Amino acid sequence: MAKRWEIRLSGTGGQGLILAGIILAEAAIIDGFNAVQSQSYGPEARGGASKAEVIISDEEINYPKIGNAGILLAMSQKAYDKYSPQVQEGATVIIDSTLVKDIKEVEGQKIYRVPITETAKKEAGREMTANIVALGVIVGITGVVSEEAIKEAVLDRIPAGTEEMNIKALSAGLKAGKS
Amino acid sequence: MTKKKNIELLQGNEACALGAIRAGCRFFAGYPITPSTEIAEVMAKELPKVGGKFIQMEDEIAGMAATIGASLTGKKALTATSGPGFSLKQENLGYACIAEIPCVVVNVMRGGPSTGLPTSPSQSDVMQAKWGTHGDHPVIALSPSSIKESYTLAVKAFNLAEKYMTPVIILMDEVIGHLREPLDFDEVKDLEIIDRKKPDITPDKYQAYHGGEEGIPILAPFGTGYRYHITGLTHDESGYPTMAPKVVERMNRRIVNKVEEHKEDIVEFESQNTEDAEILILSYGGSARSAKEAVLRLKAEGYQVGFFRPITIWPFPEKEVGKIAEKVKAIVVPEMNMGQLKQEVERVVAGRTKVLGVNKVDGELITPAEIITVVKGVE
Repeated sequence: MAKRWEIRLSGTGGQGLILAGIILAEAAIIDGFNAVQSQSYGPEARGGASKAEVIISDEEINYPKIGNAGILLAMSQKAYDKYSPQVQEGATVIIDSTLVKDIKEVEGQKIYRVPITETAKKEAGREMTANIVALGVIVGITGVVSEEAIKEAVLDRIPAGTEEMNIKALSAGLKAGKS
Repeated sequence: MTKKKNIELLQGNEACALGAIRAGCRFFAGYPITPSTEIAEVMAKELPKVGGKFIQMEDEIAGMAATIGASLTGKKALTATSGPGFSLKQENLGYACIAEIPCVVVNVMRGGPSTGLPTSPSQSDVMQAKWGTHGDHPVIALSPSSIKESYTLAVKAFNLAEKYMTPVIILMDEVIGHLREPLDFDEVKDLEIIDRKKPDITPDKYQAYHGGEEGIPILAPFGTGYRYHITGLTHDESGYPTMAPKVVERMNRRIVNKVEEHKEDIVEFESQNTEDAEILILSYGGSARSAKEAVLRLKAEGYQVGFFRPITIWPFPEKEVGKIAEKVKAIVVPEMNMGQLKQEVERVVAGRTKVLGVNKVDGELITPAEIITVVKGVE
């Protein structure tokens, strides 16, 4: 059967979700899959709603957007409220419990509450690594890409000198995702 | 599990800029504007590495002017913009048409009019690309539908500009400009690169705007000893302004005919199952991605649908679409505007079949489901 994952990363501008989407797509390519990444954001530089979408497939990807996501990451209450109804049956919904407090149990959704932003602060020492922690959590829970590929993709994209901090963030995320 | 070395995840904008450099572009002047800014960013970073120049100008008008000026020195020159910036470039675009200066202008379409929707997709500059600048003039506009094509069409745009001595527009939309997908550089390594002709006669016999047998002038790079006059006024073969009706008529027709008489060489399109199709879906750019998906789903349900994608929006592939119009029950045209290319399809079809639009102007890409609904509604 054809493999096709539809992943939506949602939150607030400035959280680095578009970069996370790029890294996830690059990891999929490293794993030998086809991937597209798209995004939507408002005219503001930060603070507005932000959304990145990644489709991973072993086939040609025509329509590059996502209707209902198979995997949803919600890193703000607003994003959760808006996107949690737009998921597939049996979807994996990953919530940053540091930022999203009001969560509804929905039948047919596998809901994971992970304190992503808090983990970034505690384990990597910087809140801004929350996007990398989130990638670890997604891969840890779903196995959508391999751990080797996500690590390589993270190292490819981050600024020199931040390797240690980002690998700490990724490992903390993977650990949280698998537990 | 090893990454193929030559594959990179790129945005349409990035691929377009890299394609331009590959085509030999060594000059960029422009003013950043969403959703085209990444083109300027890549050019600013990459041009100095290959001995090129990047200039951020005071506005889009100046960006177009500097692009024209650079081209006159013999360099391949690019500018990129979006919506309001494309409006500002129109006057100088006309100058490049009449003075026959090759250059490439990218317009990454966003919601309009005016400042409109800066970060959202649209395809509502289709008619502006054709008629945005005043007067009868030749127009070539290319519409990429993938990241690979953003790269290859940037090369094609420069090739056509240099060959026909005219500005070429890359009419991209935000969907493709900002979409990231893998580009396998091994697949684009063998691309033809065309450079403009140089005069093969001595400066004393040289007439810049003679046009020769093909009707295409040879403009010597400034500073190479060939003297000629260059103006936006209607001019004679030497480049000097004239009002002599015979000369004016001849020059106007020659300039427009550079494109009109070479359509066979210029026109490019993609088509699938048009032979036995009952309904044709005709779309371009970002919307064509949804159209292709709609075709797959409809075929799986047993519908006889064909797919046609003009890669050159202008000149429009009228011969091919005219042929298909003889056989199909309807042509469905999904586009992110209120029916701009649909009008052109209607003109070409001339009543031989029904033409139905799927039009969306809410700042979001048309979905395959929206296209399928219209196709299923065809009587």
